[in-house]
Amino acid sequence: MNAHTNDDHGIGHVSPIWMLLGVFALLIFFTVMTVAVTYIDLGPANIWIALGVAVIKATLVGLYFMHLRYDSPFNSLILVCAFLFLALFIGIALMDTGEYQQNIGPPDTVRPVAG
Amino acid sequence: MSNEQKHTGDTGHGDNHHPPDHPAHLAHHFETPEQQFESGKLGMWVFLATEVLMFGGLFCAYAIYRGNHQDVFLYGYGALDKMWGATNTVVLLASSLTMAWGVRAAQKGQQKLLLTMLFLTFMGGVGFMCIKGVEYKAKWDHNLFPGTMNAFYYEAGQPKYPEKLEHAIEFIDGRNSGGNSGGEVQGGGGHGLLDADVPYDESPAIEHDAQQVGHDGAGHIVSASPVILTASFGAPADMSTIKPPASPADMGVNDAVIDHAGVLTTPSAEHTQVLWRDLSSAEQKKVHLFFGIYFMMTGLHGLHVLIGMILIAWLFWKAKKGAFNKDYFAPVDIGGLYWHLVDLIWIFLFPLLYLIH
Amino acid sequence: MSVIQDQVKVSGYGGQQGPGETNYINHSKGIMSWLLTLDHKRIGLMYMIAVLTAFLGGGLCAIALRTMLYMRSAPDVAPITTGTQDVYNQLFTLHGAILVFMFIIPAVPAILGNMILPLMLGAKDVAFPRLNLLSWYCYMAGATFFLFVLLSGGLDTGWTFYTPYSTSTSTSVAAATMGAFILGFSSILTGLNFIATIHMLRPAGMGWFRMPLFLWALYATSIIQVLATPVLAITLMLLAAERILHVGIFDPALGGDPVLFQHFFWFYSHPAVYIMILPGMGIISELMATFCRRQVFGYSFIAFSSIAIALLGFLVWGHHMYTSGQSAMTNAIFSLITFSVAIPSAIKIFNWLATMYKGSISLATPMLYALAFIWLFTIGGLTGVFLGALSLDIMAHDTYFVVAHFHYVMVGSMLTSFIGGMYYWWPKMFGKMYNETVAKVAWFLIFFGFNLTFFIQFIAGSQGMPRRYADYLPEFAIYHQISTLGSYVLAIGLFLVLYNWIQSLVSGPKAPQNPWGGNTLEWHTSSPPPHENFIEDPHVTEPYEMRAWDYDESIDGYVYDKAKAIELDKQSQH
Repeated sequence: MNAHTNDDHGIGHVSPIWMLLGVFALLIFFTVMTVAVTYIDLGPANIWIALGVAVIKATLVGLYFMHLRYDSPFNSLILVCAFLFLALFIGIALMDTGEYQQNIGPPDTVRPVAG
Repeated sequence: MSNEQKHTGDTGHGDNHHPPDHPAHLAHHFETPEQQFESGKLGMWVFLATEVLMFGGLFCAYAIYRGNHQDVFLYGYGALDKMWGATNTVVLLASSLTMAWGVRAAQKGQQKLLLTMLFLTFMGGVGFMCIKGVEYKAKWDHNLFPGTMNAFYYEAGQPKYPEKLEHAIEFIDGRNSGGNSGGEVQGGGGHGLLDADVPYDESPAIEHDAQQVGHDGAGHIVSASPVILTASFGAPADMSTIKPPASPADMGVNDAVIDHAGVLTTPSAEHTQVLWRDLSSAEQKKVHLFFGIYFMMTGLHGLHVLIGMILIAWLFWKAKKGAFNKDYFAPVDIGGLYWHLVDLIWIFLFPLLYLIH
Repeated sequence: MSVIQDQVKVSGYGGQQGPGETNYINHSKGIMSWLLTLDHKRIGLMYMIAVLTAFLGGGLCAIALRTMLYMRSAPDVAPITTGTQDVYNQLFTLHGAILVFMFIIPAVPAILGNMILPLMLGAKDVAFPRLNLLSWYCYMAGATFFLFVLLSGGLDTGWTFYTPYSTSTSTSVAAATMGAFILGFSSILTGLNFIATIHMLRPAGMGWFRMPLFLWALYATSIIQVLATPVLAITLMLLAAERILHVGIFDPALGGDPVLFQHFFWFYSHPAVYIMILPGMGIISELMATFCRRQVFGYSFIAFSSIAIALLGFLVWGHHMYTSGQSAMTNAIFSLITFSVAIPSAIKIFNWLATMYKGSISLATPMLYALAFIWLFTIGGLTGVFLGALSLDIMAHDTYFVVAHFHYVMVGSMLTSFIGGMYYWWPKMFGKMYNETVAKVAWFLIFFGFNLTFFIQFIAGSQGMPRRYADYLPEFAIYHQISTLGSYVLAIGLFLVLYNWIQSLVSGPKAPQNPWGGNTLEWHTSSPPPHENFIEDPHVTEPYEMRAWDYDESIDGYVYDKAKAIELDKQSQH
């Protein structure tokens, strides 16, 4: 028991302090970065960079603060599934609303659908 | 301790008989503490999945309105304050750090450190909510609350509050134009306009606070949360009295902040600056939807922060009574997961709402 | 091992319960011992009372609206008044909302799942007993909101709360959405609990593929409950925000998108259809195995088809929106995926039929319900494929054809599996047998009455009778008359079931531990089970290996021969 006090405790994974601080430093770095990028105009790429940075940050929080890296893989699977279903929902709804958008208007100004 | 070890070792194996020394914190239907701990975690993760999907509905609404009405969002976000958003991100990240640290302390049986960390995490929540309060106050002052309260609300094709609408347009146009890039609020360009035209605007004071936080935060962010708290509590009084600092000096300070963070100091090429007149009349009628979505997303998130704070207060109370030790810290760990999820959602909310480009 | 075997013989594992022993019902006394119980079996019973009460309420609405329709068939009936139409709108809305949110969704998971799932796992309880109790209180709170709706102006939006009407009607939409929101939490908590329980509390020796199929079905159901219900929660919150604050996300007059509401609503509510039917399918698998005294044919196919249905169920929500203004592209995609749901459903049907083939079928009441299920689900499922076809659906949309289709699935199939399951586990739950003759008569009335009510609606629908109308043209009179008469027969059958159950509780003969000879673990404990489910740990083997249970005439039940079971288990592993 005493031989591996830190990482081999009976229950759960004990994160070393350097790791917590390191992850935090990275998170702050990415926050500064994502704000900084908005000062550069990259056209439509901006939103994707912002989202990409958010995904990296979220992954860091999940893997280290939430111990996913050391947990049962099933817990990660649950989270990934949730995001997949969300992507499905948003993806299809977005695709469809984009198609019929021109047909929406206030009740008195609705244009008849062509055909 | 060595007994405990034996039992945790054989999870899932055949021994279905209660160990004679069934620990007090082990519920009767579990065999081993590890089984109980893992079950709790699994349950929490499943719950977090439901939270992701619940917020997901709002993200979907956001995506659809943003995707189909780009300009409405480009316009509306001008009312938000990027620096407050960034500050709140830092506050929440810091409280996530203290929470993770608290879990570590609980795992190692460091009672005092655990209490300190839980306290700091709680104060992080307080700080976040206070900043949120300051932001909401600014929206309230410009009549930007959702639905019928909103200055951009139209009824039967006509603005419901023409006067408020005018003020709100001046406010947002002022922020979206001006010599600064990306319509951010740092530059001084907006100030003159706001100072002159909108007497009750206190956003310069907000920025003033933001700078302080920025400076403090860079150094020792963990202790910054309580600092923010007091600063924010003090703020309302200040706001009404403090005159906005002279623009050039103010700009200097702002640039210093950005410098300090190691980011671009010179505003880059101009890009889409959406003003009220740039919106089509159909889009003008949709601006209030931006605020509806903003308030529902941040409101639901804020509600979760409040619930998380209650949870942490409860953990603090339990920890104070000495409920947790090396072998039983599951509530701290599981409560921590919830708190991290609240952080995780904000990580997405922040760029989507405050960094629209 | 031999010591354990001896203990088994001595304690009469498989025999009658000892006289002095307590069970979960009389374990402790007083109303508080029920209201604060953490025992999954007691929570299941409390759910049973609450859910069946809701069923009665929703069912009476159905009878009332069928009666109203019948009265419109008189030859010289006066023109319909708006007042009558309002009453009709409220009746069909309450009928739908109460039965969907408060009966069909919770019925099987919350009653039978709660009762049986831990027993089938040989566990002492579900993983989170407190959350389980909380879920019951959520249910009651949601039910209270619906009661409030009844007393405060009713509800006339249909159970789907479609915008923009639901944002403008003066009826109690806010209270109803609040109720459905809280009921959703109840559903989420149940699902969460079942997932954790199945993962963490399976006994030694029960791998995933030794789980009874009912548990696979409940697991698949739980996945849907957990992943879909939160979207309903946010939808209803947005709807409430629309009504209270006029945010306008779904309101075209305010720049919003009314079709978006339907995307939101059906992203939950189509998977919810599978929350309703999947656990019923799980029950049927159990009934088929036990009453054909055979291994279920194609175990892993049935298990995986449950998961497949759960996942595919998330990909077809747009088939409710073919005529709503959804784009042609989306329509085509959803139509295609809708057809694919038929595959796992058909896999189940064929496997059940194959299980029956050359089985030693016993036509006990639960088995009759299982047979009725196959009949009704086949009709309901196949007409679902018709409706999944774009061209046909555009014609049949919002007609009685659709009404008949989903009643065959959501009422016919789900209700028969639920009642079948209730009869199957009744002796286990209460330790009492029921009157088999009355039960069979009731079964016939339900089966006959149901088909009389709804089959005719396929024809009415294909002739163009629209749904949700309080009045109709004279040529539809005959369909409505027959349908209403059928609904009365169905109602009589259901009341007979209720009588049958009450009579069993009052004066039914004592049930043996295992009246049917099933081998899933709930039959390895006494009837009714003791407070902690098992006095001694049950012996885990193949779930459908029933040859170790020998019929004992003296108790009219089956007795376990553990030595034989161990021998059979050894054989099956080689």
